[in-house]
Amino acid sequence: MIVSIFDYGSGNIKSVSKAVELAANNLQKNISVQVINSADKIKKADKIILPGQGSFKQCASNLLEIQGAWDQLNEFVVVKKKHIFGICVGMQLFADYGEEDGGSKGFGWIGGNVKKIELRNSELKLPHMGWNEIQIKLDSPLFLKLSKDKHFYFVHSYEFVAKDPKNVAASTFYQDEVTVAVFKENIFGTQFHPEKSQKNGIQILENFLTW
Amino acid sequence: MLKKRIIPCLDVKNGRVVKGINFVNLVDAGDPVEQAKIYSDSGADEICFLDITASNENRDILLETVQKTAEQCFVPLTVGGGVRSIQDIRNLLMAGADKVSINTAAIHNPGLIKEAAIKFGSQCIVVAIDAKKISNNKWNVFTHGGREKTELDALEFALLAQNNGAGEILLTSMDKDGTKSGYDLELTSMISNSLSIPVIASGGVGTLEHIKDGIVKGGASAVLAASIFHFGEFSIKEVKEYLKSQSVSVRI
Repeated sequence: MIVSIFDYGSGNIKSVSKAVELAANNLQKNISVQVINSADKIKKADKIILPGQGSFKQCASNLLEIQGAWDQLNEFVVVKKKHIFGICVGMQLFADYGEEDGGSKGFGWIGGNVKKIELRNSELKLPHMGWNEIQIKLDSPLFLKLSKDKHFYFVHSYEFVAKDPKNVAASTFYQDEVTVAVFKENIFGTQFHPEKSQKNGIQILENFLTW
Repeated sequence: MLKKRIIPCLDVKNGRVVKGINFVNLVDAGDPVEQAKIYSDSGADEICFLDITASNENRDILLETVQKTAEQCFVPLTVGGGVRSIQDIRNLLMAGADKVSINTAAIHNPGLIKEAAIKFGSQCIVVAIDAKKISNNKWNVFTHGGREKTELDALEFALLAQNNGAGEILLTSMDKDGTKSGYDLELTSMISNSLSIPVIASGGVGTLEHIKDGIVKGGASAVLAASIFHFGEFSIKEVKEYLKSQSVSVRI
């Protein structure tokens, strides 16, 4: 099986690739973890991980700059229905629209918009940065074998507001309930960083590889 | 609930730890990778490397250290020390740092914060402020490890850093650093209460109570400590268990 991490120039993906390699290693299956940066390699992948750091707009425009990447990802996800895992802004791109930096379009795979977290409580800080516990909203193989306290590492100021609550796979609490994982058929994404979330993070990556 | 973060800081020089843990079971006590791994496995919420290498020629050694650490530690890694340019930041991020801390360069050129935040995102830009009290309720920013005074007011500079896109402030009290008499709570709470971004308290921690005070009284989102961990006075686990017993929300 080929698991490809799509590198479209949005921040450091080394920790993602190392974490996926560790997860693949733990599973002791024949999994080839590759970092790819062109549209034609998308076709060859069995599963794709889409990381993303920085702003929604910057990430979307970086992806659009790679010739054919946007269309190939659509084909991979919508037509071929293969498994994709979006991380942080990578997940946010699954939405219809992201309002950051004046706004830009996402893939629209999961209905919803990405909006700034509006804090009323001045004691809370933005970015929502650090470790927070998640509440799992749906039964999924992606959440198997996690520790009892489901701590994950976050750093973000925007949240995925899904149109259909059925697509909310997990949430956390930061003033209000915040969506931190989305799910639909072959599509999965997390706002938190599995590659920075110690054992729980590696476990989720293992779950994705065996999904 | 968002947890308060405990961040051990390692001083690294020419790729070797110069201030670190004295664990007897280490194969190589000077290896930053091995020390970072011990910290992350024992519950550190993040790891911080402060590079105190004097010469520029040895920067590549730091990048190699960061790379090896990022391959083995699956918690966030902040790297600071001698960061002067966009290229320095890019190199550290590409090597695997999650956040880069800028100090002197940000003071001489606050535009660097803005440029870096636009290029790489606020999430990875930490502005380190070394502050020293000069009169009642007034602290100035110092550079070069606290040796050189500037005319900048610490609060004003912290607000400027925030407006320019810093994701976080690492606030060190030069009066308290190394004294083991506790964080400067006045300074910490003044800055933390005035900012909307997280503040990491640093400088002066000697006891478990100091850590609690930094969070509860100082209002810090995270606490950085070096010597109490390095000299084995407390383990990360002891700190967290104490904080939990004091009703401070931590990840255990």
